[in-house]
Amino acid sequence: MIDSTEMVKKVFTQKSGRVDTNRGDEYYNSLFENAKNRLSTLREQEPLKDIDMMDVIESEGVNRRDFMKWVSATTATLMLPPMFAPLVAEATELMNRVPVIWLELQDCAGNTEALLRSSAPTVDDLLFDVLSLEFHHALMAGAGHDAEHQLDEAMEHFKDNYLLFVEGSIPMGMNGNYGTIGPSGETFHDHLQRISKHAAAVVAVGTCATFGGVPAASPNPTGAVGVMDIVKGKPIINIPACPANPANMVGVVLHYILTGQVPELDSLLRPKFAFGYRIHDNCERRAHFDAGEFVEEWGDVGAQNNWCLYKVGCKGPMTFNNCSIIRYNEGTNWPIGAGHGCIGCSEPDFWDKYAYQRPMASANIKAPTGGVEKTVDEFGLGLLTATTVGIGVHAVASAVAGKKSGEEGEDK
Amino acid sequence: MAKKHLVIDPITRIEGHLRIEAIIDENNVVTDAYSSSTMFRGIEEILKGRDPRDCGLLAMRICGVCTGTHYQRSIEAVEHAFNVTIPKNARLVRNLIQGALYVHDHIVHFYHLHALDWVDITEALKADPKKTVAEAQKWAKVAGDRPWNASEDNYKAVQERVEKYIKQGRLGIFGNAYWGSKGFKLTPEQNLIGLSHYLDALEIQRELGKMMAIFGGKNPHPQSFVVGGVTCVQDIKNPARIAEFKQILKAGRKFTKQAYLPDVYMAGTMYADEALEGIGGGLGNFMSYGDFNMDDLPFYEASKLFPSGIVKNKDLSKVYEVNQEKITEDVTHAWYEGSTNLHPYDGETKPNFTGFGKKEDNIAYLDTENKYSWIKSPLYDDERMEVGPLARMIVGVAKGDERISKYVTTFLKNGNLPTKVLFSTVGRTAARAIETELMCDVMMEWCDELASNVAHGDLSTWTEFDFDSVSGDVQGYGMAEAPRGGLGHWVKIKDGKVANYQAVVPSTWNAAPRDYKGRLGAYEASLVGTKVANPDQPLEILRTVHSFDPCIACAVHIIDTNGKELGVYKVDPIGGTSRA
Repeated sequence: MIDSTEMVKKVFTQKSGRVDTNRGDEYYNSLFENAKNRLSTLREQEPLKDIDMMDVIESEGVNRRDFMKWVSATTATLMLPPMFAPLVAEATELMNRVPVIWLELQDCAGNTEALLRSSAPTVDDLLFDVLSLEFHHALMAGAGHDAEHQLDEAMEHFKDNYLLFVEGSIPMGMNGNYGTIGPSGETFHDHLQRISKHAAAVVAVGTCATFGGVPAASPNPTGAVGVMDIVKGKPIINIPACPANPANMVGVVLHYILTGQVPELDSLLRPKFAFGYRIHDNCERRAHFDAGEFVEEWGDVGAQNNWCLYKVGCKGPMTFNNCSIIRYNEGTNWPIGAGHGCIGCSEPDFWDKYAYQRPMASANIKAPTGGVEKTVDEFGLGLLTATTVGIGVHAVASAVAGKKSGEEGEDK
Repeated sequence: MAKKHLVIDPITRIEGHLRIEAIIDENNVVTDAYSSSTMFRGIEEILKGRDPRDCGLLAMRICGVCTGTHYQRSIEAVEHAFNVTIPKNARLVRNLIQGALYVHDHIVHFYHLHALDWVDITEALKADPKKTVAEAQKWAKVAGDRPWNASEDNYKAVQERVEKYIKQGRLGIFGNAYWGSKGFKLTPEQNLIGLSHYLDALEIQRELGKMMAIFGGKNPHPQSFVVGGVTCVQDIKNPARIAEFKQILKAGRKFTKQAYLPDVYMAGTMYADEALEGIGGGLGNFMSYGDFNMDDLPFYEASKLFPSGIVKNKDLSKVYEVNQEKITEDVTHAWYEGSTNLHPYDGETKPNFTGFGKKEDNIAYLDTENKYSWIKSPLYDDERMEVGPLARMIVGVAKGDERISKYVTTFLKNGNLPTKVLFSTVGRTAARAIETELMCDVMMEWCDELASNVAHGDLSTWTEFDFDSVSGDVQGYGMAEAPRGGLGHWVKIKDGKVANYQAVVPSTWNAAPRDYKGRLGAYEASLVGTKVANPDQPLEILRTVHSFDPCIACAVHIIDTNGKELGVYKVDPIGGTSRA
């Protein structure tokens, strides 16, 4: 089993340089001061819960040294310099001051399942000691009007202070009536608008909530869109992937507590700490790509020797995400580890553009000849620009996107 | 006293959006019940026109809970159409991933989605930790094992943790529930055991999720099945990976034997009156599609761990064979056009939304005389069926399957229970626990089988096929079981593209509305006859509905996209309890 902590350290101590995440001393010094002030303000606030996080951590059998080890890895995951580690530790201890409301809209509950598998902190710490999880359809005890009152009360009590997590897309077809909720038959659209109104920030979890995901795949029968197409005038953080990695959910919460602001985001509103580089940059099979060793078909000699999956459709070179580093289920594995190519699940429209088991003809990836990396990098940049433009017309684009045309076939 | 009309919406601790309406008489007994659902995604429509080799990945997203099951069924349907039989390693890996889901899902269901219908956590704080140890020992003994984590210190720690939590005034996800209801029957000590295991199960399920990830890449939504086999060669080649899988499985088995089964005995005994009366029993017709191929014979010829079959009217003396051609879907009370019963290959979905019925005090009631749900009513040979773990156990016993009969008989014997208790809410919950123990045991064997097969040099994980020659004009189905019951995908392929795609899933069978003959769906039938202690806190209704482990996003996934406006969707009230 691979130690994800070690992986994180390795990646962040090597000279990658491909994605410039170092913002310079001035930026970090200023952020550090902000974070320090923020934490001292939080310290003075009336705690929601009278719990000493260190007590909790120690009662779980984790000693201070292990905790600090986790903190340093988390600091690295958040792409912050080591000087932030003590502040991350302090932020963790103050996590119980962040109330969370979690909505399920046009979803499959995959992100809820992912949240349940959170390992740092574990889900029982999340539920009992860390977050004030005020409303969560799939986990809460109350039902019917009791559940509804719980939501209303939490919104009032934590007005302008709660983080709103949204799982699932929002159907806009048929006047939004493909999904309704609430006593007055509120559409998902109106429901989201009402509950996001007094949120401190809105976190779209999973690719359905960020970019429309599965329901928005061509021909997008319900006119599904993501949260950022609906909610305006609020900080929005997108944590795409299908499902989103719980490490990135917790990372966003930590960063928020630490700095009082959303983490630095890319043009698709994804935190750069998680989506600042491509799967391909840190892939365990990368050496085989560089050496020109490919799996040509499932189960062949290449597959048995863990060669590069590009030719059986891996979209790692086009996909921005940190799963090659943090993996899933506490570092147990990840799709490429299990011999299946990346399907690009953290990118917009990936169901129509990436999620098939053939290489992308338009990728223009020339492997394994000289100058490969340059070509691949150019592609990566080009793609990012293209999707940035694409997002503005996202709903339209996905509706007209051809499912397969012109995207198949190998690149010789 | 007039009859009361209860509206419970949302039903929480489920996947998806479900509404239950129940009519109760002057004695607070349910005389009529209606199950309804909303929310569409249109996944079958999205699958049309795609390359059949890619369907599995998208079809899996029908559900994030039965994750991997839809993936497998979709890929099997395509393999069936192509007539491709997968190699032994692939079969074993798929069985292990599917088995991991059963164990994981059942434990999450019992503790995190169902337990709070039986366990009052506020009462747990009144328990005497010392007496609790004795109580835990008592039930573990019935189950034939040592008790899980049963020490005075542990119980005290749990109480302190939760007390602290409650004192702070914000109960979070435990807020505003039916605490203190007369519907709860456990003693404080028993409640404390349940609460303690609720917490432990949060931890256990996190570990159990890793089993799927070992061979599947991640959990939820694994990513290692392809048409023709699996991709996880390096994980089956590595004995340490199989050992890791086994290690987690062992921990799961220990928890199942020391906590889950004793807790089911405990709850079952305390709610035994209801079980003996058959409360929540429902339709009495049970169907299993069958699951887990035990050998490498071609499609639907392999022997199964859970045999397929049908038992009618609770009569265990006769079993009928399942013939997929006899499955049809009726839409008389569902918001679709037509009433003809079509087979899934020819499935038709023309929405015809007719809205709700009367509206009062900002609550709209279902128009139950007409159409009132987006879920269709599937029929088998023109009969209503219940699917799920209880159906699997009942069909297994009726078919004389040795392994299943042994586990069911042992369970009943240890608890000194008559067979008829199975036909109830308690029985449905017990069947799931029995099945979990069986799965844990049999998966140990599969791990060894896989390790041994690989050790003997068989690294084959994929069967080659020529896509162009097999994907001309073909059709196939993948029928097996999800943790919640029979799940099938039907696909028609033409010129290498999907021409038609339909799924008939467990919650379609169980959560369906009435059919064209006015016969009730499984949830509806199971609620009739249930007595509610307090109509303002319809705990008993939740308990029975949860015993099916509802998974509604799976059941509602079909829409028509031919530009037809469905009319105005008027209202979907979350009215809680109201009176009419």
